[in-house]
Amino acid sequence: MDSKNLYQEVILDHNKKPRNWGKLADASHQAEGLNPLCGDHIWLSVKLEGEKVGDIAFEGESCAICKASSSMMTTNVKGKSVDEAEELIREFRDMATGKLDASSDPNHLGRLRVFAGVRDLPSRVKCAILPWHTLHAALNSEATVSTEGDRDPVAAEDR
Amino acid sequence: MNASSSAAHALKPAALDVERLRADFPILDLKVNGKPLAYLDNAASSQMPRQVIDRLVQYRTREHANIHRGVHYLSETATAAYEGARVKIQRFINAKEAREVIYTHGTTDSLNLVMHGFGRAFIGAGDEIVVSQLEHHSNIVPWQMLCEEKGAKLRVIPCNDAGELLLEEYEKLLGASTRLVAITHVSNALGTINPVKEMIALAHKQGIPVLVDGAQAIPHMKIDVQDLDCDFYAFSSHKMCGPTGIGVLYGKAALLEKMKPFEGGGDMILSVTFEKTVYNVIPHKFEAGTPPIEAGIGLGAAIDYLESVGMDRIAAHEHDLLAYATESFARVKDARIVGTAKSKAGVLSFTLKGVHPHDVGTILNEEGVAVRTGHHCAQPVMQRFGIPATARASFYLYNTMAEVDALVAGIQKVRKIFG
Repeated sequence: MDSKNLYQEVILDHNKKPRNWGKLADASHQAEGLNPLCGDHIWLSVKLEGEKVGDIAFEGESCAICKASSSMMTTNVKGKSVDEAEELIREFRDMATGKLDASSDPNHLGRLRVFAGVRDLPSRVKCAILPWHTLHAALNSEATVSTEGDRDPVAAEDR
Repeated sequence: MNASSSAAHALKPAALDVERLRADFPILDLKVNGKPLAYLDNAASSQMPRQVIDRLVQYRTREHANIHRGVHYLSETATAAYEGARVKIQRFINAKEAREVIYTHGTTDSLNLVMHGFGRAFIGAGDEIVVSQLEHHSNIVPWQMLCEEKGAKLRVIPCNDAGELLLEEYEKLLGASTRLVAITHVSNALGTINPVKEMIALAHKQGIPVLVDGAQAIPHMKIDVQDLDCDFYAFSSHKMCGPTGIGVLYGKAALLEKMKPFEGGGDMILSVTFEKTVYNVIPHKFEAGTPPIEAGIGLGAAIDYLESVGMDRIAAHEHDLLAYATESFARVKDARIVGTAKSKAGVLSFTLKGVHPHDVGTILNEEGVAVRTGHHCAQPVMQRFGIPATARASFYLYNTMAEVDALVAGIQKVRKIFG
């Protein structure tokens, strides 16, 4: 795995200029995501309008992979239905853990495929996945999600 | 060699022949991502020379049996090798007696042994334990557990912005309630060498025993426990060219004899009936069950190796590497060295403005450069400096100036990628 493939223009751009940065004043759903091992820490706020993600925003402190993943997630799920968002969460997680080959298996990931390279960097997989699990938690009215311990979504997936 | 030339030798050690020495470490020939490996994560774990690997193979192919209980040839051979390694350790740290050297599973285990064997017996409600801002979690958490159990209090020696402990504050913390001082010799996150000899003397003035976490010190400098006059000294084998799974707790015999055993089981008893069990003498009182025998023998071989190179020469070489790296970093835009103590071991912790340390680590890995990133199991240190994490390069006897150059070139690449 060449990190040049991971640290691509699009990821670096979203890291530098994260989209949908901040907090929604009128959020209907919120969640906090934490990776205690590396310190990635994000807050996500979502405003559902009926069955649709009407608005979404995030803020926090994290590495470039986590921040770019968060930023691109917000632009991708805004306007989508909750079911479509959950499907994207599943596909992103499967791509990052190597269960889905984004170039050959059917999927809706589009430009999110730039994160495919993390599957070769086990220590960085959780950085990319954290915002997606935080979104899943928010949509299911869970307040916090951690990448370690009983609530480790990656480990839970393997059980 | 006569006395005067020996003294001159001690003053100015001959430089290490690093290239020749590197040939002893097979793993250093690896290529990572097509680049020569620059292994700069020695504070986490060091690599093993062929001399130690060969000793492990010899033990496994010619000498293995359980120790201390067989009358047969192999058991006696294994016992002699394992106990022989204990004597090597005793000599290496200049302990008065070999029975003051207790085998453990590593530094963490050693510290927990003191917590259970000494702390639970002699520390009670209202008593105080003094640690420092620079401790690894393994010299914080056991004491917090004890405080919770006994109602004792943890007091913390603060440090300045360079990462040096404030000795005047330390003196103020010592008092009639202080039952133990537990301090690190060298900070794993910053590299600060603490003035432990002076700190021990200050505690002893008030009759307070001192435990020193020597995990980051013993691989890099000559340790003399009698000269330090520490009551306990804890360290691991795997940071000093030995195998994982074994470490040491040195303790003064008089203290060890007063302490309670940590774990119960075989080897730590003299006799067992359902009515009464008589514990074995030290060090065996603290060594329940079959130990990692080959790891202990491997540690002995690692000590032979380090002594053949010379601890003074190793310290001087690392000092040169650190000076060169510090100087090189001064020229890297946006790089900040965290931990600028006047007295430092070969650790360079740094941040790069606008780039998370994990991104730095991933890109350096692409260049074959292995560094540690994160909070280094020392979150209170990170909190003191207001940062979530750092990247850390740490040096050992086999590192070269060219590897420092590879590190700096890698950092320049990170800066280029992140613009």
